[in-house]
Amino acid sequence: MSWRRSIFILAAAFLAVFLEASAGFVRHWFGAQIDLLPALMVYAALTDGLATIVLLALCGGLWFDSLSLNPLGASVLPLLGIGLVIYRSRDLLLREHFFAQAALGVVAGAAQPLGTLFVLLNLGATPLLGWYSLWQWVVMALGGGVVTPLCFELFDRLHRAFEYEPVRQTSFRPDREIKRGRR
Amino acid sequence: MLKKSHYIILVFVVLLAVALLQLPGGTMGKLKLAISAPFLALFGLAGSTHETIGQGREALIPRRELLRQNEHLRRQNQELQLRLQQEGQLASENARLRAEAGWARRSPWRVKLGRVVAREPANWWRSLEIDLGARDGLRVNLPVLAPDGALAGRLLSVGETRSKVILLGDPNLRVAAVVATDGLTNGETGIIMANSSAPQEDGMIDLGYLSGNSAVRPGQNVVTWGVGGVFPSGITIGKIVDTRPKENGLTIEARVMLAARLGALEEVWVILP
Repeated sequence: MSWRRSIFILAAAFLAVFLEASAGFVRHWFGAQIDLLPALMVYAALTDGLATIVLLALCGGLWFDSLSLNPLGASVLPLLGIGLVIYRSRDLLLREHFFAQAALGVVAGAAQPLGTLFVLLNLGATPLLGWYSLWQWVVMALGGGVVTPLCFELFDRLHRAFEYEPVRQTSFRPDREIKRGRR
Repeated sequence: MLKKSHYIILVFVVLLAVALLQLPGGTMGKLKLAISAPFLALFGLAGSTHETIGQGREALIPRRELLRQNEHLRRQNQELQLRLQQEGQLASENARLRAEAGWARRSPWRVKLGRVVAREPANWWRSLEIDLGARDGLRVNLPVLAPDGALAGRLLSVGETRSKVILLGDPNLRVAAVVATDGLTNGETGIIMANSSAPQEDGMIDLGYLSGNSAVRPGQNVVTWGVGGVFPSGITIGKIVDTRPKENGLTIEARVMLAARLGALEEVWVILP
């Protein structure tokens, strides 16, 4: 686990929650607000360790709930669940591929609201649910699919900017060296 | 794949989340305000950027246009002054008649203008945050109006410098309302409830529990009833769009188009006690 990567992810989660609370144009155009945290969780689960997943679920979920009418902690468990499921099977996932990233984003974007609603309904809360919620769910899932590959692209660029270039393997091999002259 | 220490961390996080979910409302509200405090700087930055852009845009307006707007506002101001004089006479007459009838004196509203700093990030609630708090004299349950005076919601929680407003259309906000025609209520009362089949931008809510034989027609105004002690009577809520019978015709439910554009609110009035 790289601490720099963890800090970048947490900072991105903070900005994501701020954008969701302050930018209303997505809701204005599509009738639903897209949640950016599942996309970040997909990235964190595929590229970083368990500590980052836990920190992202805890901080991101609490930040989101603090600006929402959700009970505090309602978003933490679904985020953590998504992160753990992806983390456990990440060796089987083709994380470099655009399609895999987008598909995971769609699944995470769809699972997060379902998980949160499950928690809310179990707590006895009465969220606004109806036929229109189906459309909002589709928008959130597709939004997750669009945002996740962008997350990968953005963080890859960020890491390239802040980290040393990896040393390229040269074509020189000591066992193939031609020794000239007599011993 | 997971080590023992990982399992301990996961169990700790799950227990922490469950403990937070069980917190009582007041403690949770205060904790929410504390956790969201780091966003204050960003909200302030966004607000000042918005303001700077607005000032820059105003600086580009031609002088002729400004003069035209100034003239228009001057005339509007004169008209409002005349209307205010007339309203003053009506108010004193009303106060005299109320005194003669032995009714309680009605005091005018004291209002405070607040700027919207954040909106609800979740799709299943309707709320927003404003930049007024307890230090501005706000307390929980005060009514909140849109800039044009239509009802927007009420204060749900109040911090020192910020407050959370629960908006009309949220499942947790119900308002006693009465149908009015030409400024006079016709006695048909109901409860304003959330409409889950329309987005917030459509501004549609339901007026439920109208009696089955009520003569409610599309186009009639809906205003606050004034019972319950939270909302004063007579605040505009919206207009009736259509009606449909509910509970085998025992009651009628009407769809109401809100007068306030809740999705586009930038500023709100809070009615102070």
